[in-house]
Amino acid sequence: MVNNFALITPEFLITGLAFLILSVDFFIRSDRQHFMAYIACAGLIGILIFSLVSLWNVEDKLYNGLLVIDSYSLVFKSFFLILGGFIILSSIEYVKRHLEHPGEYYGIIVFTILAMMLMAMSGELLTAYIALELLSFGLYVLVNLDRYNAKSNEAGTKYILLGALSSALLLYGISQIFGLLGTTRFDEIHYILSATNELSPGVLVGLILIISGLGFKVAAVPFHMWAPDTYEGAPTPITAYLAIGSKAAAFALILRFFTEALMPAVDDWQPIIIIIATLTMVVGNLIALVQKNIKRLLAYSSIGHVGYLMLGLASMASINSEGVISLAKSHLASNAIMFHLMAYGITNLAAFLSVTTIYNSTGKENISSFAGMAKRAPFLSMVFAVSLFSLAGLPIFAGFTSKFYLFTAASAQGLLWLAGVAIFASLLSMYYYLIVIRQLYIEAPSDETPIQVPKLTVALLSTLLLGIVWLGIYPAPLINLLQHASDTILTLNSVSQLTLSLDYATFR
Amino acid sequence: METFDNNVLLLLVILPLIGAGILLAIPGDRHRLVRGIATSFAFINMILSVYVFAYYYFNDEGGMQLTSSLSWLSLPGPWPLGDQGISLALGIDGISAPMILLTGIVMFTGVLISWNIYDRNKDFFILYLLLLSGVFGVFVSLDLFFLFFFYELSVLPMYLLIGMWGSSSDFRTFIRTKEYSAMKLMLFLIAGSVLIWIAILALFIEAGVGSFNIIDIQGSSFSPSFQKVVFAFLAVGFGVLAGLWPFHTWSPDGHVSAPTSVSMVHAGVLMKLGAFGIIRVGMFLLPEGADFWMPTLVILGTINVIYGAISALGQSDLKYVIGYSSVSHMGYVIMGIATLHSLGLSGAVLQMFSHGIMTALFFAVVGIIYDRTHTRDISVLGGLAKRMGVTAALFTIAGLTSIGLPGFSGFVAELLVFLGLFETYPLLGVLGIIGAAITAIYILRLLGKVFFGPLDKQWETQTDGSRVEIFSSAILVGFVILVGLLPFPFLKIIDHGVKDTLAIFIGIG
Repeated sequence: MVNNFALITPEFLITGLAFLILSVDFFIRSDRQHFMAYIACAGLIGILIFSLVSLWNVEDKLYNGLLVIDSYSLVFKSFFLILGGFIILSSIEYVKRHLEHPGEYYGIIVFTILAMMLMAMSGELLTAYIALELLSFGLYVLVNLDRYNAKSNEAGTKYILLGALSSALLLYGISQIFGLLGTTRFDEIHYILSATNELSPGVLVGLILIISGLGFKVAAVPFHMWAPDTYEGAPTPITAYLAIGSKAAAFALILRFFTEALMPAVDDWQPIIIIIATLTMVVGNLIALVQKNIKRLLAYSSIGHVGYLMLGLASMASINSEGVISLAKSHLASNAIMFHLMAYGITNLAAFLSVTTIYNSTGKENISSFAGMAKRAPFLSMVFAVSLFSLAGLPIFAGFTSKFYLFTAASAQGLLWLAGVAIFASLLSMYYYLIVIRQLYIEAPSDETPIQVPKLTVALLSTLLLGIVWLGIYPAPLINLLQHASDTILTLNSVSQLTLSLDYATFR
Repeated sequence: METFDNNVLLLLVILPLIGAGILLAIPGDRHRLVRGIATSFAFINMILSVYVFAYYYFNDEGGMQLTSSLSWLSLPGPWPLGDQGISLALGIDGISAPMILLTGIVMFTGVLISWNIYDRNKDFFILYLLLLSGVFGVFVSLDLFFLFFFYELSVLPMYLLIGMWGSSSDFRTFIRTKEYSAMKLMLFLIAGSVLIWIAILALFIEAGVGSFNIIDIQGSSFSPSFQKVVFAFLAVGFGVLAGLWPFHTWSPDGHVSAPTSVSMVHAGVLMKLGAFGIIRVGMFLLPEGADFWMPTLVILGTINVIYGAISALGQSDLKYVIGYSSVSHMGYVIMGIATLHSLGLSGAVLQMFSHGIMTALFFAVVGIIYDRTHTRDISVLGGLAKRMGVTAALFTIAGLTSIGLPGFSGFVAELLVFLGLFETYPLLGVLGIIGAAITAIYILRLLGKVFFGPLDKQWETQTDGSRVEIFSSAILVGFVILVGLLPFPFLKIIDHGVKDTLAIFIGIG
């Protein structure tokens, strides 16, 4: 089998871009270092266009299925490239003011984008693990980058220690699976699992370890302890990146792994995911109620949102009373997870960009320091309020539509009660979002000086605002795209077992 | 004309949104331009709502009219009706047509009353238009998703509207900050919508047709036990917004803290959304559940009437009296609906219209007084009629309507409700009439204390309402008297709606 390396040109290009930025760093004058951000951004846009043109509707595999090129990975790749661009552009001002090594900052971000893209493409556990580690190592450095700040150091240390622990769990789980099933490829795991009736205890242990490891990465309760401290201490754009990018990448992997590999064992993992989802939704939103620091608040809110996504994962299949697994309505759930990831992504980008901008000029992150911000920065406050309303799940914003879709998917699979818990959890979240909005709009400002919002930030915020409203009132085009992606990950389950077994034989 | 008729309902919903969008682009210091734009959009919407009402009246066919449907999002999956999913299906029947007229009138008069807002009035009108778009949306939606979408949209702006432009109550022993009231209102309403959301999902799944369209879902039959559970969710969820006892406590606080025009819209129109939701979703889709729960609802409605009226008696804040009177009057609506009798239901719908106009008038007048005296303390106000003659006259008209004096709209509506009650629950009908008697006590007490009697010295220099304020109140007065003297056009339309609704109940219970 000849590998068509042209298929991974975007990954080569992005590696090249990262090295380009790191080497430009040596030559560029210190007062022009933000040009690296523009280079990175231009590069990402170029790679985005290139991938869309060259990989549209391409379905192929590389290295015997270690890397999968399909609509699913393309959707996530595009999302990560766009996200990376936004993160880089929204960091420029912050980096200028607070950080010392812009070259490393932008270079490592580009590397982590590569890692996220690989995670969405991997069709095998070890590849996924390596991609995940590349992402984590990049993030360890980025979280620590504000190195004279004690909080940033604390954040970084916690993140590294717990990240290493979770990687160890994940790796141990993978070795367990490999030891007992003899493979780490998703399609082969799927084949073996569907041939056996009962899951052996060892495999189950491996599965639980993998779920725990990935649970750490997405900060699902009870593996969420690191998240608030890390989010609080990290440079704010990196907090946004952690909250959106690393979660989306982990979910890209989780969704593919659970659908392509573990679907035959759904009756074993579904209860675990249901428990995690319930805990995550309730605990995340409950603890958020008492937060005083905006980054901690958004951290807990993002934990709550992971709960909703876990709810989506739990509704990937329905099992009827005779134990027959039905995937008839799984498209709904997988669309919903991706849609919610994107809606949550752009909404959180807007929220964090507002926080960053306010922090850049006031140096404060306490919720009470936002008092009267509507008078000092009207447009910024409006976008901030819109993003909070969207996170709370009110129309006409993306958060409402995506939550409705997600909860519909869950109830279509017979999990109406869990959707009820989720709806109740979003009622809880309403309170703490309103607390922030109250500071922005109702409280009187302690200091009336207007806040300078750079033109670039205004442009970014307007784009995000349009995105939030667009997804809120007309999501059909996006969902039709996601539908293709869902098709590609759900087809494996209907592929005839014969081809798979042949494939399997040649591999052994 | 054909295309216009097909899109007029969509226009009702979209125009306020467009207005809000235009306002976003205008600099905030152009106060007159901002309010001019808001006023023109509200005016166009009022004209359109009158058109819709007249269309339904002259069309004379009953049933769903002006229906249109735009496919919005398909939901993948094997569904018996194909993947129709969610569509923007619009239409009106004999129950929503009067509600649309009501919304149009209150919206326009509310904008006029808000002319004296200068602090960030651009933001105010943007939120106000969003609110109204949501209200229109609920009344015209025939799709559960969009019904819920617009329902939430009408809740969303309330927090800021109350928090930013509202006023706190501060009496010797009684303090309610506007922040508290706004948060309470939001959390109550969102808690209600949690139940509605769950019920909608349950309906969607149980019907299993893969469509959120009410008409599609109506075709499927639900088991009686399912109907009983889900109707309870809907009744409480929508009941919160309708001010159903014991979930009403947000309503007096919220209405009192809100700025005048928002009180008008909220008490006048938004509370009707709750009652409307019970009819449109609960009774349309779950007749057996409705049949099962109606005796409970009629009792709760009676408590609403009596409890609201007694609470109104004890208030020292002028606006709280009106707030509790809303709770009391919404009780009649709930009682009327719960009779499941054509007279009672017609009365309930007419009461929704009549109370909407009347309470808007009340809040407008209270707003006029508060703007000038800067207090709403009944014990401080006195003899205002000598300086504010027109305002006093307006308040008297609203008060007499509230009591149910013949010649005003309240009389016809309450009479029908009582007739319906005597056919079904005569004892509760008597209690309802007692409620009306208590209403007379607190209204006459207010009239006597605040407007008539000796003029307090500190109010010597008070001026009467401005021309704009008087004009907008006069529109409301016009409708109060119009419905009181000529209820038949309204009753004819409502009759269509009531017949269609009660036809679902034939053969049940």
